[in-house]
Amino acid sequence: MADLRDHLPGLEPERQITDWGRSERAESLADRTIYDFLYHYWFRVDVLGGEHLPARGGALLVANRAGVVPFDGAMIGRAVGEELAHNRSVHLASRQSFSGVPGVGTLLMKLGVVHAHPANLRRLLFDEQELVLAFPEGGAGAQKPVRERYQLREFAESRFLAAAISARAPIIPVAVLGSEEAVPVMARLATRLPVIPLLPLPAKFVIRFLAPVRPPSPPAAPEAQRELAQRVRGLIQDGLFEMLSQRRSPWFSGPDPR
Amino acid sequence: MTSAASRRILIAGLASAVGGRLAQRLELDRGVEKIVGIDTVPPRHRLERTEFAPGPDEPDRLDAILRAARIDTVVETRPPGRRFGSSTARALVAALEAPGSPVRKLVFKSSAHYYGYGPTTPAFLSEADPACQPDRPGISRDAVDAEAAVARLAGQRPHITVTVLRFADEIGAESRGTHIRLLGLPFIPSILGFDPRWQLVEEHDVVGALAHAIDRPLSGAYNVAADGVLALSEIAALLEKPVLPVLPPFGIGRVTASLRALGLPAPVELVEALRFGRGLDNRRLKATGFPYRYTTREAILRLRQERQRLAITLQGTLQDR
Repeated sequence: MADLRDHLPGLEPERQITDWGRSERAESLADRTIYDFLYHYWFRVDVLGGEHLPARGGALLVANRAGVVPFDGAMIGRAVGEELAHNRSVHLASRQSFSGVPGVGTLLMKLGVVHAHPANLRRLLFDEQELVLAFPEGGAGAQKPVRERYQLREFAESRFLAAAISARAPIIPVAVLGSEEAVPVMARLATRLPVIPLLPLPAKFVIRFLAPVRPPSPPAAPEAQRELAQRVRGLIQDGLFEMLSQRRSPWFSGPDPR
Repeated sequence: MTSAASRRILIAGLASAVGGRLAQRLELDRGVEKIVGIDTVPPRHRLERTEFAPGPDEPDRLDAILRAARIDTVVETRPPGRRFGSSTARALVAALEAPGSPVRKLVFKSSAHYYGYGPTTPAFLSEADPACQPDRPGISRDAVDAEAAVARLAGQRPHITVTVLRFADEIGAESRGTHIRLLGLPFIPSILGFDPRWQLVEEHDVVGALAHAIDRPLSGAYNVAADGVLALSEIAALLEKPVLPVLPPFGIGRVTASLRALGLPAPVELVEALRFGRGLDNRRLKATGFPYRYTTREAILRLRQERQRLAITLQGTLQDR
């Protein structure tokens, strides 16, 4: 693929919407209201390992997924903003495209959600050197029952890691604690439809960014890609188990009350 | 090919705004020896040395003109659409396929409607992305059919340099597309729940890109779209017009009917543009050295100025009476 990075469109400072359709205004409104409330008061997010976030350059953030509503995505995005002094924002790569859905598609676009088309991932990670957040477990991660919480599923979605390899972008594993308790799948109707609480429960969130993983040089053989997926998955899983073993309660923070 | 420069040029579609402007521009170029234009109606633009050959497209007639005028470069400027159809492209291709044709280069004006619209297309379509599969006649089907005919020509006649330019929807004082007509309404109609991304191209850059391609041996397809993909709401704000979500989000039939009620011939492409929008990767052409004069935002602002000037002039004329 030709390197056309020098020919990217220049910045027009008067604009408040990016070429991706992301709206500064919509985002800052959400950030000041609902995200702020959830981040500080409802989920009381603690961030560990913020030093692993790069100040510049493209990177793929890979996290464990829980709950049907992606509060974890929003909280990770906010955490990155806080850690990097709001100099960088994260594009959430969604497996499904919502652009045909009235209202929802437009809102998600304005908040920085991008369809995980390989060309989109490449443009973000390689050409524009942006941060992309992905949940490679696929739908299985979001819909697993409570008793299987924090047990990562296989990375069903290979295009995220493939994009990181082709863009030579580092992969930052992210372990998120609390998301499973916030939106638990309490039951399942007719095998497909998950039953979730109307409001997210006020679980305590801990987001831990792990040390970046360098992907193999492209073109990577399928085995190398699978190996990378196993490695990243293992790192997140180990991080989660470690955090779980230290956690006293899913709801409260602070030192052990004993 | 030893010499990339074109000396003797035939413009198909001389009566179109783009064809006429291109002829005017080529007339200024001392290196261009001869300019011949064909169309079914006489040109609207003031031309000094362009020769006009009226009449319909027939391969034999075209071939005769090409030989008589020793044309080395053919530029097809007519937009793909219902009016001309790819039958003209087929006639043109048949004339160029004739054995012993003097033509060494074809610059073909195609459209970004080649890619179609959809929820899963990339946010910035590149030249390598596949054509859409239009299920009904319209601009997309025409662009896809015409490009197929042109691609066959490129395969069969390797000595002809074939440049295909896929233009974004065009705006400017002289443009007549559906996008520009929509933007000309006193309010911008939209579909409830959608704020599509639009990328356009200013008419000067359309002519500029064709002239750029005439000057250089570029083969293959190139997207032509101004820098900047704007949300429809952003465009409306720049034009200082309100966005009115007057169209229901479900049922294409009702949408088209509503658009017709507003006086817009609403091809399915416009409805899709209002739902999905489209962004293009314009970097391949830029990498060949083409400088765009306007970004999408600047093109919109220019359009607003143009309209305001027109309104003031009109007001003055009325007061003088």
